[in-house]
Amino acid sequence: MKLQKATRCALFAVLELAADPTRQLSANEIAEKYGISTNHLAKVLRSLGRVGLVEAVRGAGGGYRFSGHARRTTLLDVIQLFETIDPIAQGEREDGDGTPEGQGLCRVLTEIEDTARATFASISLDTMLKLVSRYR
Amino acid sequence: MSDAQCRAGDRAYAIRLARPDDLPQVVRLDVEITGIEKPDYWADIFGRYSCTGDENQPRASKTRRNRFFLCAADGDKVLGFIIGEIRAWEFGSPPCGWVFAIGVDQEARSAHIAQTLFEAVCDRFRKAGVTQVRTMLARDDTLVMSFFRSQGMMAGPFIQLEKDL
Repeated sequence: MKLQKATRCALFAVLELAADPTRQLSANEIAEKYGISTNHLAKVLRSLGRVGLVEAVRGAGGGYRFSGHARRTTLLDVIQLFETIDPIAQGEREDGDGTPEGQGLCRVLTEIEDTARATFASISLDTMLKLVSRYR
Repeated sequence: MSDAQCRAGDRAYAIRLARPDDLPQVVRLDVEITGIEKPDYWADIFGRYSCTGDENQPRASKTRRNRFFLCAADGDKVLGFIIGEIRAWEFGSPPCGWVFAIGVDQEARSAHIAQTLFEAVCDRFRKAGVTQVRTMLARDDTLVMSFFRSQGMMAGPFIQLEKDL
């Protein structure tokens, strides 16, 4: 499974900032660490700011800091700001969906989507940070 | 293992083996959580999993080897429970710990009682020689799934399948 570029940027930024909510980082610093475009990340950070997950700190040494609730925010909450996980379950139609073969295929794909959705919905940022710490 | 003394805020509680007289409180907690009354199920579970006596002296007591029904209790008040057992060789799976029920009184939540219960049952699994713990739960039970995730659990190598009969 692949996530869109904006979604990955958002997850990296949120996890980076949530790891230490007292710390503020510039878009440049985050982009450099993850090898992503600063311009792209800046747009993503604005989206995250609109929903209150990060806040911009103005002035010299300004940047962004985490302003959400790491135990109550799930990966799905972040992902859904940028993409839809379950287009089939939400009724998005494709050619052949009306045929028995298409219906069977939809059933299998829905099963996969349901599992992906449940996985993302059950992992909070706090839990994800614990998982990340295993790889340090 | 002796009863472990714990604190949740101002409240002290112990993790101990479930006793037959805990049955009404566990049933009440389960109804509060699931909304479904199932007295026969709980009577059967208590018959097979609860015990009397010292779990450190299995030969001298009615402790069930490899079955663990633990309660978090403040005196006689049950704040939460967890039930697990060691299962072996289901479709080739080497012995592992299974947790199949957990519940915490809504008024006692957010005090790490479920975590303490989970750690207590995992300690017993380890002591019994197994190195993995598994569980199975509804995909849409986000609350409980998030809890197990927060304890470091990830999807395992087995998959649950079903069909209508």
